Amino acid sequence: MYYDNFVLPFTIGINILIIYLIVRYTRWIRSFPKQDRKRIVKGMFSAKTLRAIKEVFLECLVHRKVYRTSPFLGYMHMCFGLGWFLLIVVGKIESTVYHTTAFNPPYFAIFFRFFHPANETFPYSNVFAFIMDLILLLILSGLLLAFTKRMYSKALGMKKTTNHRPFDLLILTVLWLIFPLRFLAESFTSGIRGGGSFLTHTAGDFFSQFLPLESLSYPAWWAYSSALGLFFILLPFSRYMHIPTEMVYIFLKNWGIKQGTAFNAFSEIQMYSCSRCGICIDRCQLNTSLGMQDTQPVYFLKKIRHHKEYAVQTENCLMCGRCEAACPVDLKLNALRLSKREDLTRITKYTYSYIPMVTPERRKVAYFAGCMGHLTPSVIRAMQHLFKQAQVEYTFIDEKEGICCGRPLMLSGNRSGASVLMEKNKAAIEASGADLLVTSCPICYKTFKEDYGLNIEVMHHSEYLNRLIESGQLQPHQADYTTVFHNPCELGRGSHVCETPEAALKAVSHKIATRYDGLNSLCCGGSLANTHITSTQRTKIAMDAVAAYAAYHPDYIVTACPLCKKTFSKKSTEIPIKDIAEIVAENC
Amino acid sequence: MNFWGYSISEARVVNYDKNDKAFAAYLAQKAPSSKLCIGCGGCTATCTAGNLTEFNIRKLQMLVKRGENEEARKSLYKCMLCGKCLLVCPRGVDTRKMILAMSEYIHRQS
Repeated sequence: MYYDNFVLPFTIGINILIIYLIVRYTRWIRSFPKQDRKRIVKGMFSAKTLRAIKEVFLECLVHRKVYRTSPFLGYMHMCFGLGWFLLIVVGKIESTVYHTTAFNPPYFAIFFRFFHPANETFPYSNVFAFIMDLILLLILSGLLLAFTKRMYSKALGMKKTTNHRPFDLLILTVLWLIFPLRFLAESFTSGIRGGGSFLTHTAGDFFSQFLPLESLSYPAWWAYSSALGLFFILLPFSRYMHIPTEMVYIFLKNWGIKQGTAFNAFSEIQMYSCSRCGICIDRCQLNTSLGMQDTQPVYFLKKIRHHKEYAVQTENCLMCGRCEAACPVDLKLNALRLSKREDLTRITKYTYSYIPMVTPERRKVAYFAGCMGHLTPSVIRAMQHLFKQAQVEYTFIDEKEGICCGRPLMLSGNRSGASVLMEKNKAAIEASGADLLVTSCPICYKTFKEDYGLNIEVMHHSEYLNRLIESGQLQPHQADYTTVFHNPCELGRGSHVCETPEAALKAVSHKIATRYDGLNSLCCGGSLANTHITSTQRTKIAMDAVAAYAAYHPDYIVTACPLCKKTFSKKSTEIPIKDIAEIVAENC
Repeated sequence: MNFWGYSISEARVVNYDKNDKAFAAYLAQKAPSSKLCIGCGGCTATCTAGNLTEFNIRKLQMLVKRGENEEARKSLYKCMLCGKCLLVCPRGVDTRKMILAMSEYIHRQS
């Protein structure tokens, strides 16, 4: 029997951790609504599980999404994730080959070098020793990067790194100690009785020249085991709870569990899955333009988790989704924030009883300009011109007595009020008998598509214009001027419409590619979701965004949202701001 | 009283001493930009709700500032929060925040 007292800290730690995790996850999942639990059972025995396993490998171990933010940062996370995983797996295989059975206690593989007398070889023992040393080196190199990042985050492509609680810094130190201690313990043992490979063997020889290894080796194994045990015991109460929880989240997500309107157990799982990597801090324009560094998702979730006051953070978010697009854990950050916004008003059917029933003309295509659309009449005129050019018979749903789509109410937490407006709009749209709804406002577009449950196709006007161009109903010529495209938050990141507007713009102008294309576009600052910042602060965000686009020296800055257009137009003095419909109309 | 199509208007005196100013104080604290209002009425002119019914944001904030809370409370919920007023305001008053602060106050009172 292989046993020594020093394995106790590790064994106790891992057992406490496992019991804690089982209790925690069972409690969470048991509090899920019945429907969700059914979904889990259904999803468990389907291809979704395989997809989840693939995602766990790519995101939890390789950290693919972190690479997109910065290769150094990705490498650092991969060293810890994949490195530690391989250390465990290869270590287990090695100990199994040596012992010829997999049924040895977990500590046997972890402390294999201690139990294995080096003069006794087994199949491929040299190969295993080499691989294990290589993995340890990988982790140690990651550790060096992690240390550099803590000291000087810019070196790893992060302007700002997360501020942690003292407790989290303590466990960070424990984590950082684990691998150097393993290295020392293995090296010391190797220095006494051989074994190991290029790293631990060489280091062992080196240390044996001037250190009394006989008396140091055993305490080193104790220290290594204690660091592991302490880390496991502290893990559930620190940010490292994200390591096991992220995997659970990925499985639940793949099995079809969604973040609903309420902050529930699934939200808590997401909250604990946040690794506090801080990638969201640099992405947030409230930080880059206004220097606010306490409202990003990492801090918002941290405050909720540690029971701190978070009322301001709940309001102070543009919901532009830039953080969500970059989040390596793929947390639904906008939905989480929204779930904390309370419904303070009591709306009944009679509150909005003043809204008249609209009966639009019956046509195949319905057009909805939206409130913001009505603030930019030039966009509506352009669309009317284009409908005429393409000889499309359409009906204008909200021409005279239009109402709001309901999304602004929803963004302030007032879901009951929004549902009343939605019902009214839905009735008007259905009365038109249209099988295609075109809208000029991305805010309306998102809610029409996601919340209305319409049985007809919904398109944003940029998508529709691209379709008309592709089908030849519109035959624009390509103008000489250059343009850059500002993809509105609700359209690009919010509804994943990125390529079609760009294709339409390329057909009518010389579009300059920018680093803000696609999911990386900026927020104009006009977002209705933020009720905390002042108009001066909005102006600052808008000015910074305009300056970022103006740096490419285009003839026009083109957007596809009346709200963005309005917000930018007030601030851009040199470069005119146009809607994509206006640009297409000009060239038709 | 209504004699042959003519009526006598009731006296409209705003009693600043008697009226409850707590609502106004709460509004000034929660939405300080509301103090910037010059009463131009741009918000009311563009209002989606105002297009369909008797709803007037300019008047609403004025009523609250005067302490005529009951009248303000009645019309407050007609707002759809669409945010058009926010974009037309020449003074940068956060009108949506103003409405939300008002609903919050009423919610707390009841």
